Amino acid sequence: MTAILSPVLIIGASSDIGRALAHEYARRGASLVLAARRVERLDPDLRDLLHRHGATARAVELDILDPAEREAFLVGLNEVPGTVVSVVGLLGDQKAAEADPEAARMIMETNYVAPALLLSALANRMSERGAGTIIGISSVAGDRGRATNYVYGSAKAGFTAFLSGLRNRLAGRGVQVMTVKPGFVATRMTRGLKLSKALTASPDQVAKVIVEAQLAGRTVIYILGRWRLIMLVIRLLPEPIFMRMKI
Amino acid sequence: MTVMARPAEVGPRAVVSAPELAPASIVKPKRIYGARPMMLSGWGRFPRVSCRVLEARGEEEVIATIAENSSLIARGAGRSYGDAALNRGATLVMTASNRILDFNSGSGLLTCEAGVTLAEIADIFVPRGWFPLVTPGTKFVTVGGAIASDVHGKNHHRDGCFGAHLAYLDLALADGRTLRCSPTENADLFRATQGGMGLTGVILRAAFRLRAIETDLVRQETIRAENLAESMARLKEASIANYSVAWIDCLARGGRLGRSLVYRGEHVALDDLPKERKGRPYLPRGGQMRSVPFDFPGFTLNRFTVAAFNELYYARGRPGTALVPLDPYFYPLDAIAHWNRIYGRAGFVQHQSVLPEEASRHGLETMLSLISARDAGSLLAVLKLCGAEGAGPLSFPMRGFTLALDFPGTTANLSLLLELDAIVADHGGRLYLAKDARAGIAVMERGYPRLRDFARLRDRFDPKRHFASVQSERLGL
Repeated sequence: MTAILSPVLIIGASSDIGRALAHEYARRGASLVLAARRVERLDPDLRDLLHRHGATARAVELDILDPAEREAFLVGLNEVPGTVVSVVGLLGDQKAAEADPEAARMIMETNYVAPALLLSALANRMSERGAGTIIGISSVAGDRGRATNYVYGSAKAGFTAFLSGLRNRLAGRGVQVMTVKPGFVATRMTRGLKLSKALTASPDQVAKVIVEAQLAGRTVIYILGRWRLIMLVIRLLPEPIFMRMKI
Repeated sequence: MTVMARPAEVGPRAVVSAPELAPASIVKPKRIYGARPMMLSGWGRFPRVSCRVLEARGEEEVIATIAENSSLIARGAGRSYGDAALNRGATLVMTASNRILDFNSGSGLLTCEAGVTLAEIADIFVPRGWFPLVTPGTKFVTVGGAIASDVHGKNHHRDGCFGAHLAYLDLALADGRTLRCSPTENADLFRATQGGMGLTGVILRAAFRLRAIETDLVRQETIRAENLAESMARLKEASIANYSVAWIDCLARGGRLGRSLVYRGEHVALDDLPKERKGRPYLPRGGQMRSVPFDFPGFTLNRFTVAAFNELYYARGRPGTALVPLDPYFYPLDAIAHWNRIYGRAGFVQHQSVLPEEASRHGLETMLSLISARDAGSLLAVLKLCGAEGAGPLSFPMRGFTLALDFPGTTANLSLLLELDAIVADHGGRLYLAKDARAGIAVMERGYPRLRDFARLRDRFDPKRHFASVQSERLGL
């Protein structure tokens, strides 16, 4: 693939990764549709994209957890996007999710059910057209369920499997489906945490790697190569040993 | 629009609480971005203070953060040298508020959020033929910081400070309101915020004019001046140029006291482009920065190394003209990231003063004699003739000569600086707050006669002194 298909729809556009992606695509000449729960907050970003890159961008309100809003959103899209990126996610609180089914459901819906259903509908339209790219931001946490965040991890695992299946279904239909497993990312929200520098990417780095991988026609990517090795080891650990590791 | 009302409900801001492995998202709000305590300092790396650091993107988050903290100071890129952008309880980092909001390509009026840096502005607008009208010696300052320090550049004698080119600014106040401030609306607050060191409120946005340029080159003329009298005379003559500044050898003594290289600069017009650049007025910007990878040992800069550097620098400063690209002309040190590390772990202290023109000769002679007598050479000593005073009661420049020095933060140097302060005050001069980390209340009060106006204004808008910094507490502002 040699060009980015416009418009690029970014779902979860007010996040740091969403913003970085918007700039990366705009820099390369794409037009943008930004979806976020509070659309009025995107107004300065639309202006910024215009004045920095001369990019055409518009914002659309979407609470992805609300089925009615998802439906309205799909109806309101006046063209099938060329590229869709879902940056939707919620880590939540593992302890709370163990105690409170509602908290667990929220994590599962946000990381799996809602984005999968929305991407599914968009995939059908892209398939009809015979062109497009779907990019899902999943997580290394979906590679194996860990004691410390398995509710989140299980939802991401579901999302990863969904994207994998979608990729297989649409192979040969002109639709590229790419799964992204970022690992640690230095966003505003992780700033207080002690993350290993060697394993942490910046949002700009994430955006650049994603767009370049899209252009190269990749299928499943980690942002920093060393995560691939780490997750390989974690997946291969025999269960009895893994159970003793409190990770 | 005069007053932008505070939103009825200062709502959920943070989008998710995802600490790790999670891309951020559009889902239900959980909490404010985590405050984190960390050791913080200005660019001089002295002093270092443990501060609770917060971040805000956009007006709503700024207003909420002001409401939740009883004492707070805004911080831009952390390029003021001392303790002006430090508050132990709440230091609000504004760099995530960095969106370009509007640009009028006819008038050059740029509107942006306070966290945009002059580096970003240059990267975006130089290729379109625009450059900041006033820029300090580093491009890594934010617009908010440039206003709060009312920065000046090599063209102060002609164009004044950064604040002189503002059309308006939007200021978040202690009481939760946001006020538009301009020469005609809330003019007293507008003036006081220029050079007000963030003590009037948090600057959210600003609109200011850029300068139209035709190329990315500056014609620089270098003139040697053998002593102080000559340096001052050459600088005065250079006032007809757009840009003028002198590098001064402050280890020179006797008849060579105050010898300098005086630089004059003008933007190069399209017609004057050299042949090899015809048709390419703007070269691509960017490129790798070199970096100082570690703290130099404290002994690196001493009388002998500085003297050797100065000797070399002076000798290499060939009189004549050269075409110099914008970046190395305006920002020679920006090419080396973390250049502040050459001063070692102790950090360094800056001393920038301005003396009234009639007192400048005597005052400068006294200061330079003292410095060379102590062998306390400053590597980067800069002399410049400033123009008229700015609008802000705490704005630094006034008509007269300004001398900028930096020294390693040793005890001996700190006591030397106190002596320099006294010379400044005795000559009716003042110190630059953006560079100050250690001056006393007395020199401040003597240097800024409009300090009372500033305090009265704060009594009206911030009676509880919601906005405060380590510096404002030290100086009793």
